[in-house]
Amino acid sequence: MSALSMNTTTAPPRAAAIDWAPLLLTPLLALAALPLVGSGSTWFTLTAAGLAMGMIIFIIASGLTLIFGLMDVLNFGHGIFIALGAFVAVSVLGLLPAWTTADSLALNLAAIGLAMLAAMASAGAAGWLFERLLVRRVYGLHLMQILITMGGMVVGEEVIKMVWGPQMIALEVPAALRGALLFGDAAIEKYRLLAVAVGLAVFIALLLVLNRTKLGLLIRAGVQDKEMVESLGYRIHRLFVGVFVAGSALAGLGGVMWGLYQQGVVPQMGARVNVLIFIVIIIGGLGSTTGCFVGAMLVGLLANYTGFLAPKLALFSNILLMAMVLLWRPQGLYPVTSR
Amino acid sequence: MNAPLLKLSAVETRIGAYHILHGVDLDVPRGQLTMLLGRNGAGKTTTLRTIMGLWRPSAGSVQFDGREIGGLATPEIARLGIAYVPENMGIFADLSVRDNMVLAARGARRAEDIDAQRLDWIFSLFPAMKTFWLHPAGKLSGGQKQMLAVSRAIVEPRKLILIDEPSKGLAPAIVANMIAAFRELKQTDTTILLVEQNFNFARELGDTVAVMDDGRIVHRGAMAELAEDQALQTRLLGLSLAAHQ
Amino acid sequence: MIARLLSHDLPRSRPLAVILLLILLGLAFAPFLFPGAKAMNVAAKVLVFIVLAASYDLLLGYTGIVSFAHTMFFGIGAYGVAIASSRLGPTWSALAMGTVAAVLLSLALSFAIGLFSLRVRAIFYAMITLAVASAFQTLASQLSELTGGEDGLNFKLPELLSPAHRLMEEPLLGASLDGRFITYYIVFFCAALLFLALLRIVNSPFGRVLQAIRENDFRAEAIGYRTVVYRTLSNVLAAIFATLAGALLALWLRYNSADTSLSFEIMVDILLIVVIGGMGTLYGAVCGATLFILAQSYLQDLMAAGASAAQGLPWLAALLSPDRWLLWLGVLFVLSVYFFPTGVVGKLRKEQGR
Repeated sequence: MSALSMNTTTAPPRAAAIDWAPLLLTPLLALAALPLVGSGSTWFTLTAAGLAMGMIIFIIASGLTLIFGLMDVLNFGHGIFIALGAFVAVSVLGLLPAWTTADSLALNLAAIGLAMLAAMASAGAAGWLFERLLVRRVYGLHLMQILITMGGMVVGEEVIKMVWGPQMIALEVPAALRGALLFGDAAIEKYRLLAVAVGLAVFIALLLVLNRTKLGLLIRAGVQDKEMVESLGYRIHRLFVGVFVAGSALAGLGGVMWGLYQQGVVPQMGARVNVLIFIVIIIGGLGSTTGCFVGAMLVGLLANYTGFLAPKLALFSNILLMAMVLLWRPQGLYPVTSR
Repeated sequence: MNAPLLKLSAVETRIGAYHILHGVDLDVPRGQLTMLLGRNGAGKTTTLRTIMGLWRPSAGSVQFDGREIGGLATPEIARLGIAYVPENMGIFADLSVRDNMVLAARGARRAEDIDAQRLDWIFSLFPAMKTFWLHPAGKLSGGQKQMLAVSRAIVEPRKLILIDEPSKGLAPAIVANMIAAFRELKQTDTTILLVEQNFNFARELGDTVAVMDDGRIVHRGAMAELAEDQALQTRLLGLSLAAHQ
Repeated sequence: MIARLLSHDLPRSRPLAVILLLILLGLAFAPFLFPGAKAMNVAAKVLVFIVLAASYDLLLGYTGIVSFAHTMFFGIGAYGVAIASSRLGPTWSALAMGTVAAVLLSLALSFAIGLFSLRVRAIFYAMITLAVASAFQTLASQLSELTGGEDGLNFKLPELLSPAHRLMEEPLLGASLDGRFITYYIVFFCAALLFLALLRIVNSPFGRVLQAIRENDFRAEAIGYRTVVYRTLSNVLAAIFATLAGALLALWLRYNSADTSLSFEIMVDILLIVVIGGMGTLYGAVCGATLFILAQSYLQDLMAAGASAAQGLPWLAALLSPDRWLLWLGVLFVLSVYFFPTGVVGKLRKEQGR
């Protein structure tokens, strides 16, 4: 270990400085909204809601941006994993009424945990199928990818309708997680705290895997130069499949959270969330996990602020946000690949 | 033991509509450094890429250690013990030097797992690697990147190393550094196939030489012979050694 | 002479020419051949979707741009006619003003979107157009004062076109000569003209440059064509044709709502039509639209019959249920992207050896 333990004080300044500017956008937006909203407590509630929504969107979008960054595959059917996860959760929670109606946080969390696992497993399996049948043939052909994955989503939605029926199914938050915690006039719904916790956990886990493990190294290297990674002896195709399955599983997890957030699931929910996801990953920079996180926070906050201030402009405001970010940084906040 | 480690027989490679290799016959003897020379567009890089499986040979056979590798996938070929240093070096610019090395060391999960002795040896050949161990590889100079690329190829013992134009674009002092490093590498009994255009570099290191032109091998033999025979050099490479310093 | 009419873009395949001829005749004489409200509706819808799909083919097949905002322009055209007729009364001038206003709006929007987004990569552009179209759809249902919201707008047409108006009391050769009859032929001739115009455009030098850009935009730029200009123009043209198709739809239906013309389902339908029919051929839009609309209208009945026949096997009955027709279309879509990337038209032409 002699070589490694020798000090390197003669070396010039260390690794690249962290790009701080985009990280400031979220607090900036929150602060800018404060005078517009007026009341401090309302602002607090809205901000908490926005962050929670942002976390859920991040969970869903993180998989998609990773898949695109590594495999150059844009899955326009990503929404189907969201919907599948949500519906599976409905079924699982439906099997555990004793746990969900009990006023015990532990049992509630256990129920949700099981639902999450089931959702991730089924979404991951669906992702594996998707990659095998649809995506594998169209690597590198963007137009075909868009078409085929959309076709896959159409078929998937119909399958969901066949299994669960076409109408909306209510999905209630378990008993102990209902209601809100009060801080003076401000209220934060308990479920939203859970969403924030799960979102942060996913974010930290992703960062750890990407930056501290060899797997993460492989992914980051593969984003830059697939051929070289293969020349070093790694079967990058297996990595692709793994990342695709993981990304789909994350979408499934996000689907569970989203379904609970909306208090209901509907077969088209994937398609509806798709638009928001795309906005988020464009803002963040295709392939960047941190960018995705910042983008998700911004979109979540903005959706809640405009929902309060000017509901009709909600979706437009996100598009405006995207336009402004692209004007500042045409490749997104943290462009990753050189493509 | 006298069988060549790598043997190409009548290898042809097509890329799209272009027919690049027109029947390459090449023997790379064990334990020696074979130079592959030739002018631009002769097909040298294509030959290396074909060996590495990045391009499929459309005809002929590629045998490594007695085994046909002609249709295998690149990762499989690499795992047989072949390292490849491409012309563009292929270093991962956003990753640190350390991370590049960890990736190249298939047996290592973390930097600490890399064989310390081996690493010390690499640092002695290329001190810059130690200095810039934690720096993003993209911030290195051209010469240092090339050193990193070679370091990656030797961080674990390999049977065959394919190197494509390591001296390209490098200052003479760095080139001298490279030559010294390769001399040391040769002593470890590694087989090397090295593509070069710089004949001086080639002459210093090559044991055997093969010259390519138009997708074929047009000359092969000992480097010593070619170095002596100025007329042959002019005919094959359009230059004479004395002029090309 | 026919060759000149078709801008020298011939079917180039005997079976294809026959099919196109059949479609043309069927549509031209629909009121006589297939009398009855439903059949006429189907025929009119085919006409509208031929123009809509062909305009999308200009964008996707010829220029290589994937855009999800196409239904937005379709909707603008439909709403233009609908809003003008509701507000200004059922007059010809209202129709004209509505259409013109819609075209101008589409022109401006497509120009803006084109300039902003065509500089970014194709993937970005696709996602941005998706976002914009979704936002527009939400806006349309929210501005209910103007657009009638979820319920949509019902409106009347000028006297000549109203169903009550009769040219002749007695039906002629099976077709009753009323306002619907006249409206149908207005739609028919407009659609025909628009389609021929599109043929003209793609076979002009402009069209050739578009195809060059589609194949290799880098090289096109290197030769000296400002690709942004051509892409934007293609975007604008496609949008205008889609708007006009929308106006025709509203004219026929005398009704419009966000679901009728703006929904994402329609965007998916257009994609299916163009891909299954054959991208970059325009005739693909004709074949695809006919196939699709016929299937949408009649296949479901067929499936219902099949489902009731398969009562014994519940899983089969579930698969054949008419609600599942989109499932089969989706499967067909995926299969055709794989095995018939050139669509029906491409397959027919290949059989002939081009």
